Amino acid sequence: MSIWVGENARVLIQGITGNQGRFHGAKMVEYGTEIVGGVTPGKGGSTVKLHNRDLPVYNSMNEAIISTDAEVSVIYVPPPYAAAAIKEAAKSFHDVRGEGLIVCITEGIPILDMIDVVSDLGQYPNVRLIGPNCPGIITPGAEGGSKIGIMPGHIHQKGRIGIVSKSGTLTYEAVAQTTGIGEGQTTCVGIGGDPIQGTGFIDCLEAFEKDPETEAIVMIGEIGGTAEEEAAEWIKANGTKPVVGFVAGATAPPGKRMGHAGAIISGGKGTAKEKIEAFESAGIHVANDPSVIGEVLRIALIEAGLREP
Amino acid sequence: MNIHEYQAKQMFRDAGVSVLDGLHCRNVGEAIDAYRKLGAGVVAVKSQIHAGGRGKGTLLDPKTRKVIMEGGVKIAFSEDEVRDYSDRILGNLLITKQTGESGKLVTNLYVESGCDIAHEYYLAMLVDRDSNSLLVMASREGGMDIEEVAETNPDSIHKITSSGKSGFDRDSCVDLGSRLGLIGPALEKFTDMVSKLGSMFIESDCSMIEINPLVETSDQDIIALDAKVSFDENASFRHPEWDDLRDYGEEEEIELRAKKTGLSYVKLDGDIGCMVNGAGLAMATMDVIKLYGGEPANFLDVGGGADENQVTTAFSIILEDPNVKGILVNIFGGIMRCDIIAKGVISAVSKLGLERPLVVRLAGTNVEEGKAILSESGLNIHAADSLADGAEKIVKLVKEGA
Repeated sequence: MSIWVGENARVLIQGITGNQGRFHGAKMVEYGTEIVGGVTPGKGGSTVKLHNRDLPVYNSMNEAIISTDAEVSVIYVPPPYAAAAIKEAAKSFHDVRGEGLIVCITEGIPILDMIDVVSDLGQYPNVRLIGPNCPGIITPGAEGGSKIGIMPGHIHQKGRIGIVSKSGTLTYEAVAQTTGIGEGQTTCVGIGGDPIQGTGFIDCLEAFEKDPETEAIVMIGEIGGTAEEEAAEWIKANGTKPVVGFVAGATAPPGKRMGHAGAIISGGKGTAKEKIEAFESAGIHVANDPSVIGEVLRIALIEAGLREP
Repeated sequence: MNIHEYQAKQMFRDAGVSVLDGLHCRNVGEAIDAYRKLGAGVVAVKSQIHAGGRGKGTLLDPKTRKVIMEGGVKIAFSEDEVRDYSDRILGNLLITKQTGESGKLVTNLYVESGCDIAHEYYLAMLVDRDSNSLLVMASREGGMDIEEVAETNPDSIHKITSSGKSGFDRDSCVDLGSRLGLIGPALEKFTDMVSKLGSMFIESDCSMIEINPLVETSDQDIIALDAKVSFDENASFRHPEWDDLRDYGEEEEIELRAKKTGLSYVKLDGDIGCMVNGAGLAMATMDVIKLYGGEPANFLDVGGGADENQVTTAFSIILEDPNVKGILVNIFGGIMRCDIIAKGVISAVSKLGLERPLVVRLAGTNVEEGKAILSESGLNIHAADSLADGAEKIVKLVKEGA
């Protein structure tokens, strides 16, 4: 089992003819993701070769979903057009299938566009957006699996740990460490570091909590906002599975944006210290050093009786 | 991206938001002309820098750091006073609680007509990440730090929100004004102002508008006495006009140069330079350096798909900082291939020389090729197996060198 994306999910690529779409499209096909086609307005009817497969290009999401029965769309469209691409995908999934998952990789979408998108998505209760500005979502399979995004596939392996993170490369670090202690992952979700996002920590925690195959969760946050504190509150009230947490940015100075638009300490709020305290008070196993995430997870699993000492 | 008060007030004027008459000046002569043109008798002579707390700041001589004057915003009652104040402000450093000790050099002034103040309010418009909406926050306690008000008197802060691209409707603006205690013509003017600011916020892709104080005059007019406006840099592709508003003197030259190369760089006070891919991992790398007893000299994210040229630029930016005594490169290759990074590191080192210790930790895609390239280069590069190992090694090497 997994959350939101099964091993054989049928996936479309919006922006399939662009550089990013072609490059990551080929990597996804190579990993074993069931890519069924893509959309680039004006290029419908042509095909694109990704790795060893020729895939159909459609003019619109509506046409693409009807033709391929896709359940997921991943977006590599540049920032000026990304908001429109998300809205088109949401409406089409809703109209054709009544549900769908949209994964937006694009970095640099204007914040007001995202407010508009999130408000628009309110009309489609069964359509979920992950991102933007995120590495995507991956459900490793026994062989292959479904990699939807830009993460390096080879570090993942099928298992029982659910991972949710605001950061891309730091997620890879956590994944590699879980794999390093002999554990694998059910699903890894990169929710992205932008201030306005489709899916937050709590959405992921709820889904991992419900997923019978996920036995423990790794949650990676960073400075800025209060999402980590709210997630900790949720865990305190609802969590039954062991959670390992890490927060990046303990040394970041206030008022400076640390790469991600959301990673900024403003008015003394959103510091790593506050977040770590919230984690601790919720019973989360805190890794103070990102290089011990695997080790803290191993101890948490043993304490929960899920692993032999 | 931030702009100056005089620029923000011009935007307010264009949007129909009430401000006082005022003129932008760059030298004492212009300030005196402005005083004559305004014909107000009483004017405020205001230092223009991208930081708050100007009124309570201190002006220092940039060379001797001798105190020139207390207060970066002065009320002048005569031409002589305008001459005196602008002479003491321009060309000097203004230190406020937001600028840090180094302060900001003042090269722009705003000379503004005085007005008669009955009450000072606070108003800010921003994006609220919790509710995915636009938020207006206002208080009767104007002229003070909002952080302070939030702590001492949180009930005095009132809020309204709006989602989508429609801005704020009349009813919620009236509601907000009423909660501030406004009535009659003042309430009407406040309502109109909030609605116009909302449209301006959306049309201009602002990330924040702050007016502190917003004043009610004795004849029940509502005027923005201060104006702080920031833009969402992600929207710069649809605002070519921002190029004219940008004051490069206010931004760190080196951070700008990094941005142009697609790098994200923030200078810090330590002595260990860092080059990392990804913002989260870059922050975590800084944290681990600190955990092992070192101090990071910078945050530097080379991004997801850096090429050899970007790696070289990143290296030269790190090495320009005279405080840097050693460098830690930490790459978890996803999209980024470790062999490309290794080649970039070698090319940077051969161009720039390597007198300071360098520790490189590579993981992920093509890691074996990357490690081979580094070890075959014959350069004095210390390899690390993990993030902790890398941090420990560089901290030790820097301490030994010191």
